[in-house]
Amino acid sequence: MTEVTDVSRGILTSVAESEAKLKSLVASILEEAVRAGADAAEVSASEDCGLGVTVRMGELETVEFNRDQGFGITVYLGTRKGSASTSDSSPDAVRDAVRAALNIARFTQEDPCHGLAAAELMPEVLPDLDLYHPWDVSVADAERLALACEDVARDDARVVNSDGASVSTQQSCRAYGNTHGFIGSYLSTRHATSCAVIAGEQDRMQRDHWYTVARRADALEAPEAVGRKAAERTVARLEPGKIATGRYPVLFDAPIASGLIGHLISALSGAALYRRASFLTDSLERAVLPDCYSLVEYPLRTGGHGSAAFDADGVATREQAFVDGGRVARYVLGTYSARRLGLETTGNAGGVHNLDLEGPHRPRQKLLAQMGTGLLVTELMGQGINLVTGDYSRGAAGFWVENGEMAYPVQELTIASNLARMYLGIVGSGDDLDRRGNLLTGSILIDEMTIAAG
Amino acid sequence: MDLIESAKTALWSPAELNQRAVEELLGRLMSRAVDVGELFFQSLRSESWVLDDGLVKEGSFSTDRGVGVRAVTGERTGFAYADDIALPALEQATEAARSIARAGQDKRVAVGSTSRVAAPARYPAIDPISTVDEAAKIALLERVDRHARALDPRVIEVNVRLGASYETILVVASDGTLAADARPLVRLDVTVLVEQDGRRERGHAGGGGRCGLDWLLEGDRAIGYADEAVRGALVNLEADAAPAGPMTVVLGPGWPGVLLHEAVGHGLEGDFNRKGSSAYSGRIGEQVASPLCSVVDDGTLDGLRGSLSIDDEGCATERTVLIENGILKGYMQDKLNARLMGTRSTGNGRRQSYGHLPMPRMTNTFMLAGEHAPEEIIASVPRGLYAANFGGGSVDITSGRFVFSATEAYLIENGKVTRPVKGATLIGNGPEVMRRVSMVGNDLALDQGVGICGKDGQSVPVGVGQPTLKIDEVIVGGTEA
Repeated sequence: MTEVTDVSRGILTSVAESEAKLKSLVASILEEAVRAGADAAEVSASEDCGLGVTVRMGELETVEFNRDQGFGITVYLGTRKGSASTSDSSPDAVRDAVRAALNIARFTQEDPCHGLAAAELMPEVLPDLDLYHPWDVSVADAERLALACEDVARDDARVVNSDGASVSTQQSCRAYGNTHGFIGSYLSTRHATSCAVIAGEQDRMQRDHWYTVARRADALEAPEAVGRKAAERTVARLEPGKIATGRYPVLFDAPIASGLIGHLISALSGAALYRRASFLTDSLERAVLPDCYSLVEYPLRTGGHGSAAFDADGVATREQAFVDGGRVARYVLGTYSARRLGLETTGNAGGVHNLDLEGPHRPRQKLLAQMGTGLLVTELMGQGINLVTGDYSRGAAGFWVENGEMAYPVQELTIASNLARMYLGIVGSGDDLDRRGNLLTGSILIDEMTIAAG
Repeated sequence: MDLIESAKTALWSPAELNQRAVEELLGRLMSRAVDVGELFFQSLRSESWVLDDGLVKEGSFSTDRGVGVRAVTGERTGFAYADDIALPALEQATEAARSIARAGQDKRVAVGSTSRVAAPARYPAIDPISTVDEAAKIALLERVDRHARALDPRVIEVNVRLGASYETILVVASDGTLAADARPLVRLDVTVLVEQDGRRERGHAGGGGRCGLDWLLEGDRAIGYADEAVRGALVNLEADAAPAGPMTVVLGPGWPGVLLHEAVGHGLEGDFNRKGSSAYSGRIGEQVASPLCSVVDDGTLDGLRGSLSIDDEGCATERTVLIENGILKGYMQDKLNARLMGTRSTGNGRRQSYGHLPMPRMTNTFMLAGEHAPEEIIASVPRGLYAANFGGGSVDITSGRFVFSATEAYLIENGKVTRPVKGATLIGNGPEVMRRVSMVGNDLALDQGVGICGKDGQSVPVGVGQPTLKIDEVIVGGTEA
């Protein structure tokens, strides 16, 4: 065991104490902005700190401490706007940032859609969302946990090398305020364990990984379980087989299926819609998913990965459906994009908060049986998504499925279609929900895509 | 004033730090069984302006400064940083970073004592934000917007973004390093949306480099990006579905060199090869590409986006031969991996900021010119794909699998470029694809200066380039099976 001084404790206990400090910083920056001549202003400030410990091949590799702070200010002169940000919150730096933002606002042009959200849209009370559970883990303990994780992964004789295992803990405090007098803040934590290993020799090497992430340390998967899963996923890729280019059904494994839902949210987002840069432009009421599916946002879910009581404009969030019974119920809007579209904000400046795909979810084995012969995709590569047209073409790897059973691994494939068709072509969804992210979905089965293979 | 003195003034003076205080901190960092200790001071100023709907509606300015403290012992690294250049924060970060190593005695460290040969400057030490005034920046955006809209009535949206930043770094390390750099970086991006009969397509072009903003104002440079963005978007309005399956692919010159960045470059970074996790590990001296291929990483080219006078560890950048006539010649190294592999740094140690650890990264990576005219290459293909422009790419360095996504492509039929097809992802295995390069053009071009490379969550600006290339077989990910 390495001898390590426990400096982590001194560094890691600071964020909870900084919440009040951060709120008063926001208030003082707003005062400075008004004093300097802004008609309105909004400020976001943050402070984060954390520790990450990585081991590799049974040895400690890196210990990283992070501590960041900073704030961003947007000022308005009438309907003109300017922004500035800095990592320095000294009084001089605050004055400089306010001056820089005002200088920019003097040169930008009028836009009647600019400005703060209406004051009555701010939340009156901030519920406790149960997001803050600091983990008082020492460097030595984090190292022990990471070693336990990697050891299990390397127990498998086919695992010949490692990209390491990591244990990390992060605390964060965010505050937002504007010249309506609203100032909100919240504390949150995020802890994770991850592991990546390599199996096979020379030009047949395969790598894969697994991770767990949670707001409470006791909700993390055990390090040994993470290591075991990383090893299983890696060795399962060895000795890939061949398939022929053609059109087949495709099952998106739960951890990557959330990406499909993410593209749908991007296509329904105000910034893309008012520029007409989305294949879902003018899609209110349109059927975009089979009628058994809805997409519902739960921003106030306790302990959720995306939980937030207000959005980046200070607007109160609320439970709402973006897709209801397969049809577009509302767009994903912040204050500015809503005004551009002549609509009301949905409290989604900065994104969605806990989005669930709801529908007739079924056990994954049933989805494999339903697919019969086709591709189970477990990895996607590249950025081949065109949100303007919906055209979709990405690198893929996974498993060839025959008669509802996983037959052999496949890789170096592409899968292609158009997102609009793919969403309407969803013929099944799994109850194997991946709870590690902001978008909650299980595996998703698409009736047909083009698979190109060598 | 030389770069080191001006960097000390910019980074140390506000905190009343001086070389002796910094050397004392390094001495404390080294007090344990630490092989190398390093302090990386950095300040960054950046500004951007955005035109949307014909109006410059947004602008932002940001500043960031801080110091990263690193202690390395064997393969172990302790790292902490402070976003406040002040003695108490520095002392705390030093305590944290050195916790990686065993206790020992304070050491005396002196830096800058060895006779320094300054690395040649690859760009001027000017802050581009102040090279042009606000009115001129706005006038530039408006001119580009008007030009793009006047090119074709099918242009329905134009977005123009102008960015400029200025970074000052000062590296102080226990190996005696005392080095500084001042780095300008500018870029202009034009994105257009075109519409015809209800069908919409997007086009993008842009450019930049390490220079003042006046460079973007020279001649018709910025207007040229608008021309290119509109042209690309209009081509895509006519595009049919792309083919699916393995086929011969001809890649155009310049930005399609993202192929080399993914298929070759990442796999030749020192860290992966030290750990044996790259498909290229342990293969120096082997034939890993067709004999027509010679690939270099060159950080020394004047004013390019990927260029650096010194890297983020204070080492002068170089022209590193990666592959020569198909033979693997060398890896790109930072100090840590070079030391552990018994070689020297190639000046490729880069970090996103003081808050990130340096690692081996590319600068400008490109393939040298061959002997064929691009027309000859196209004429040699009975049926295939000509990919003229790309979005981005990515690679799994362990298996060698990589993808890159074409954004402008055409069919080649009977030796002629015929109709445009929709963008598609191309996928292959780096060493396999490089062995299938069968013709190399004489038209080497570097990209226009918009590349961003991501690795382990860190982004750095890079350049890519290549001549026209023919690859006998790559999998094309269209929809037409």
